[in-house]
Amino acid sequence: MITKVHPLPMTSILTNLFDGVAYGMLLFVLACGLAVTLGLMNFVNLAHGAFAMAGGYVCMVLVNRMGWPFFAALPLAFVSSAAIGIALERTLYRHLYTRSHLDQVLFTIGLTFMSVAAVDYIQGSSRVFINLPAALQGQFDLFGVGIGRYRLMIIVICGLLTIALQMVLAKTRFGSRLRAAVDDPRAASGLGINVPQVFAFTFAFGCGLAGLGGALSAEILGLDPYFPLKFMIYFLIVVTVGGSSSITGPFLASLLLGIGDVAGKYYVPKMGPFVIYTMMIVILIWRPNGLFGRTAAR
Amino acid sequence: MNAASDVGYHAQRQARWHYGEIAFWLIVLACGFAFPTRYLIMTDILRLALFTMSLDLILGYAGIVSLGHAAFFGVGAYAAGLLALHGIINEPVLALIVAGLAAMVLGFATSFLVIRGVDLTRLMVTLGIALLLEALAERFSNITGGTDGLQGIEMQPIFGQIPFDMFGKAGFFYSLAVLFLLFLFARRVVHSPFGLSLRAIKNNPLRAAAIGIPVNRRLIAIYTLAAFYAGVAGALFTQTTAIASLDVFAFERSADLMLVLVIGGTGYLYGGLIGAVVFRMLQELFSTITPQYWQFWIGLVLVVIVLVGRQRLHRWVLYVPNLIIKQVAGRKAVVAVPESEA
Repeated sequence: MITKVHPLPMTSILTNLFDGVAYGMLLFVLACGLAVTLGLMNFVNLAHGAFAMAGGYVCMVLVNRMGWPFFAALPLAFVSSAAIGIALERTLYRHLYTRSHLDQVLFTIGLTFMSVAAVDYIQGSSRVFINLPAALQGQFDLFGVGIGRYRLMIIVICGLLTIALQMVLAKTRFGSRLRAAVDDPRAASGLGINVPQVFAFTFAFGCGLAGLGGALSAEILGLDPYFPLKFMIYFLIVVTVGGSSSITGPFLASLLLGIGDVAGKYYVPKMGPFVIYTMMIVILIWRPNGLFGRTAAR
Repeated sequence: MNAASDVGYHAQRQARWHYGEIAFWLIVLACGFAFPTRYLIMTDILRLALFTMSLDLILGYAGIVSLGHAAFFGVGAYAAGLLALHGIINEPVLALIVAGLAAMVLGFATSFLVIRGVDLTRLMVTLGIALLLEALAERFSNITGGTDGLQGIEMQPIFGQIPFDMFGKAGFFYSLAVLFLLFLFARRVVHSPFGLSLRAIKNNPLRAAAIGIPVNRRLIAIYTLAAFYAGVAGALFTQTTAIASLDVFAFERSADLMLVLVIGGTGYLYGGLIGAVVFRMLQELFSTITPQYWQFWIGLVLVVIVLVGRQRLHRWVLYVPNLIIKQVAGRKAVVAVPESEA
């Protein structure tokens, strides 16, 4: 993933840090929908990556085949993934909220397999690239630190999204409804909050964010039909390590994972993904409810 | 009759061999003689059955959901492959046991991680361990052969007497013998007081602890035993196919395994055997329809099974056999729905 070689160690560290932050932010946007379904609604959704893949492919088709501008295709990636999300939530997912974890795992693995084979059938099994506008290509130097334009854009977009999410959760009426529904669904519905509706909306929004993340990640993580399987573990790490008490936890966990993964691949390339898996297992043993978790998962 | 002896009476009745079970094994044995051209696929089914039985032990009896059971399969497969390749242990049966023990050691070591935490943590930890081992096997490609896998494995004759033939006849009967022996042992274990205590833990760990069952120790024991079974299944894989490659650790293997067990039903040991047969048939069927995209249909099967509901599905499947038994034997149905699902 990182092939640049820099002469000065200090700036190379900074560049790595920058890449890691971009990677982490991307992971956060991809996984924060899962943080809600898995962390808050306690639904094990292993098919989350499939929604991200859907968004990525929608964006690819719009930009490459229909000639849409990249920035116009991004919102549509969001919308299409959210639409798929709400359709599946209303028809299939909602029947499974009360079922055992085993059922949820089986169901979502099944969905993942179906999505992988379906995309393979429609678009072929090779990796696809999204044509980027020239303004986003290449990198520039800032005080000797190489800054990739695309990665800078990711940091900006994802940073704004994170702030917006936090504001929505903390300040708006919907945010307080969601928090109430998560804290105690029964009491919340007793107070007149339409809990299934809140969950459905949140689920769709999370899928939409994943779709947006999928579109953004085509350049960095690579987009092919096996995306949902390859990155499933990353999303799960973000959520389980981050805990479920707020979105700050998953956010910090994403950054940690992003920086750790980039640094690991750069400094100890031989160890490969070994570093993050070990990190995850150690953290889970040390704190089974996640680094920033507050309560036991319900 | 007091409560304790009552429980004992029912447990013993359940543990007794039924005619159906004897017939089942006779049919399996008969298949070996009836289809001499199909040894390879039948051996594959036996291996899968053993592997699934291993998952059944922890999922069906102890309620541990694992997404990374392929870890033990992989360790067993590589252990058997390396033992044969470097001529450390040439005798297949001995190598099989040693490979199983290697997986067992890993199972024991990781069981301490698995018993901590709730379902979700378990899923993550088991998945993480399998991925970790896959990464390790890729990293140490000088030992494991990397993505090419172990090549040039030559198997010596079983007990120095029976050589593996190219039609897979010896491999089939060898696998069948191993499966049957391990099945007998598993059957003994799950019907023992130990097995009953596992079910108690599965149904309610807190209550089980309250009546004096050492929950964690029991879980460690069964997890270790299941790891041994999975390791033996992996070793059988290497011994009968003479290859071991990185995909023994793949996530798909663990996921397929769950499907096999769910098709067959959890918690009565035969689930793995029946599920393996049905799964392979489905796979063959789907591969003939759409060679490249059979995974789609496997996924669809999973989704449908969950949506319909596993218990309901088993009731439907058992409806006809029970009807026949009722008519013929004139008594209440003996083929019961498998015990409460995980």
